[in-house]
Amino acid sequence: MAKTFLSGLFGRKKPEEARTDEPAPAEAEAPPPATAPEKRGIFARLRDGLSKSSKKLSEGVASIFARRRLDDETLEELEDLLVSADLGVAAAARTTAALARDRFDKEVSEQEVKEALADVIAASLAPFEKPLVVDRARRPHVTLVAGVNGAGKTTTIGKLAAKFRAEGLSVMLAAGDTFRAAAIEQLQIWGERTGAPVVARAVGADAAGLAFDALKRAQAEGTDVLIIDTAGRLQNRRELMDELAKVVRVLRKLDPDAPHDSLLVLDATVGQNALNQVEVFREVAGVTGLVMTKLDGTAKGGVLVALADKFALPVHFIGVGEGVDDLQPFSARAFARALVGLDQDDETKGEAA
Amino acid sequence: MFDSLSERLGSIFERLRGRGALEEKDVAEALREVRVALLEADVALPVAKDFIARVKERAIGQEVLRSVAPGQQVVKIVHDALVETLGGAGQDAALDLAMAPPAPILMVGLQGSGKTTTTAKLALRLEKREKKRVLMASLDVRRPAAQEQLRILGEQAGVKTLPVVAGQTPLDIARRALEAARLSGFDVVLLDTAGRLSIDEQLMAEVADIHALARPIETLLVVDALTGQDAVNTAEKFKARLPVTGVILTRMDGDARGGAALSMRAVTGAPVKFVGVGEKLDALDAFDAKRMAGRILGMGDIVSLVEKAAEDLDLEKARRQAKKLAKGAFDLDDLAEQFRQMRKMGGMGAILGLMPGMGKMKKMVDAAGGFDDREIKRQEAIISSMTKAERRKPAILNARRKIRIAKGSGTSVQEVNKLLKAHRQMADMMKKMGKGGMKGLAGQMMGMGGLGGALGGTPGVGDPGALLKQAGGGEAQGSDEIDFDALEKALSGRGPMPPGLGGPPGRKK
Repeated sequence: MAKTFLSGLFGRKKPEEARTDEPAPAEAEAPPPATAPEKRGIFARLRDGLSKSSKKLSEGVASIFARRRLDDETLEELEDLLVSADLGVAAAARTTAALARDRFDKEVSEQEVKEALADVIAASLAPFEKPLVVDRARRPHVTLVAGVNGAGKTTTIGKLAAKFRAEGLSVMLAAGDTFRAAAIEQLQIWGERTGAPVVARAVGADAAGLAFDALKRAQAEGTDVLIIDTAGRLQNRRELMDELAKVVRVLRKLDPDAPHDSLLVLDATVGQNALNQVEVFREVAGVTGLVMTKLDGTAKGGVLVALADKFALPVHFIGVGEGVDDLQPFSARAFARALVGLDQDDETKGEAA
Repeated sequence: MFDSLSERLGSIFERLRGRGALEEKDVAEALREVRVALLEADVALPVAKDFIARVKERAIGQEVLRSVAPGQQVVKIVHDALVETLGGAGQDAALDLAMAPPAPILMVGLQGSGKTTTTAKLALRLEKREKKRVLMASLDVRRPAAQEQLRILGEQAGVKTLPVVAGQTPLDIARRALEAARLSGFDVVLLDTAGRLSIDEQLMAEVADIHALARPIETLLVVDALTGQDAVNTAEKFKARLPVTGVILTRMDGDARGGAALSMRAVTGAPVKFVGVGEKLDALDAFDAKRMAGRILGMGDIVSLVEKAAEDLDLEKARRQAKKLAKGAFDLDDLAEQFRQMRKMGGMGAILGLMPGMGKMKKMVDAAGGFDDREIKRQEAIISSMTKAERRKPAILNARRKIRIAKGSGTSVQEVNKLLKAHRQMADMMKKMGKGGMKGLAGQMMGMGGLGGALGGTPGVGDPGALLKQAGGGEAQGSDEIDFDALEKALSGRGPMPPGLGGPPGRKK
């Protein structure tokens, strides 16, 4: 009983169950192909992504009638479930403690617990719900994009370029990942798609020199936004971090305020290592904001809660797909609700219960 | 990468070890902390829970509490449980290629997990070590320039890639790859697929189709070691659609605490076969559960180190050198050779990380700014700027010659002097060791430790050589030297891991 109640809450099946259970029939109804995404609202996308795996269970097994006393044992299980959403032990404990403050020992329904948890999480994330603002007085407004390998930097830049272009801004891209094979080509393809010129040099070229040239050119051409790609690097690789620091240093020779935004791209599947990533990248590249990618998978990105607790950095965007328009502004409330497996349109139902 | 977890566990165990008698609640308390340490290291929750339950049962069931050194016993139980969780001893990392060639291998995983790079690394490894003829094909028609990426990597690795034909579907490409591999007599064909989300039904169906068509002998799931709790979801979903035969963990050179490594075996039931440990194409290591457990518990990974040395060093050269050393002749050419080999092995930081009991020292060094491996290159430059005669006989170096060398290498006379001094110290040490009968690889390794003096340029690290000794002695070994007997035994495959946790981790099955 307790098990189903709580596993319904987040919907991750216990491994034993999962093993006996063959590919769920619910999955067989194919969702719309990712290659030709239909236009859907952000809630629908987020929910599809974040709670697809949890929906079956939260709708089916754990019924609305299941009420349970919010005692120590329940709280502990709740904490475990938050941990399995990557909140980390500390943030999970803080969240459940907040929940316990006014509801301890009360009879609660699954829906109520979800709502309350979402509220707690949303409240802690709300201050960091800040859109990325391009200062149009600057020509260019320089945005540096950094992150570990495979986080989704180049794709995010492509989407950002498309977004800025749609807003009528001129965009220039700097192919600063001179290390990974075909990274330059990848960015060039995005440049073609979005009509943004790409400043590139040969593979192995000095990334700082390239960034310098790009900024110079963007200044000369009066481009609105310059987005600089960088090679993926693990934050414990000192020599690579030094290289990144050099990119920033060199940019400042041309514009003392550059980069005006320094974005760290985080993969939603990342665990507690994100804390190290933010810490080091912030120190080296002066990270001013976060982008979380791949939230359309099963990963819930709960580490954002821990990051908010520790670093108080704005979260600008979330990536929810591979399409150009799959970069969405971060909404604390939508994120929190999706994290606990709540439908966005359930809100009124929840209040009533 | 496990430094942080091993530190946490280390401090927990230190308290346990020190105690003469343990009560049940002491163990429970320690295990609670272990649980938090595991979760903070991103070990999957169900795996962490199961792990704790197993340790608890054994710790309490085996009369541990009344034994002579209960703390040690608990640590040993944790070690054994770690090995089990990681995949048990004797697991074979080798790929199963026993079929009529070409043997297809399918690479799958999420976006950005590192499939394409890993495909190239694996291909290189198969060509280099197993002397297989490998063909790689990219089935990724989604990510811009993905096929181009594999082609370029193929060129870098000297591995053939299937020519790209625009407009083909992944299934078409797979078919073409198998056909081409068969016709051209390739032994292995590696199929790199597009990254896909485990809940993307269309793409999961596609990869299942590819699997059905290619009938791969190995289906390898590539997982980012930085992954958090989602590793479980991903592994389960992929396993539900594909018979995953092995896991490759990428980015193990990062500072993630390695929870994914601990969880993967338990969740997929498939062994972790390889780990990616760097951006270079040869940075793919075989995975060994026992060694990894040792590393997590701070025992270092001396076997990996020796294997790495054995592979990267030119054995013949090493033997010649050892002979020379034994005679006490250690000239600057030898020193330059040492520098080269150090760089080949990934620099001082990488070497230290692998040595038992060096965790502490590595931290001290890192805190002081870390080893700057560029320093090694500078030292090499100094030696390169000398004439042959000078290298053989440093004694002839007078002030004029030193100025010339400094100019030639872009350094200063002081730096030249420093190098010479370090060389003298090392030569002395080598002489002593030569008499002590240390030879072969062991001598080589000690030589590396002795390089400390030459690296004095690193701020705050006066003499890493001395530190090395100090740290080595300060740890659990309780001896001043690395135990080369144990090392040799470990090398020959019979012996246990080097000492560290109060005795060998006696495995029972």
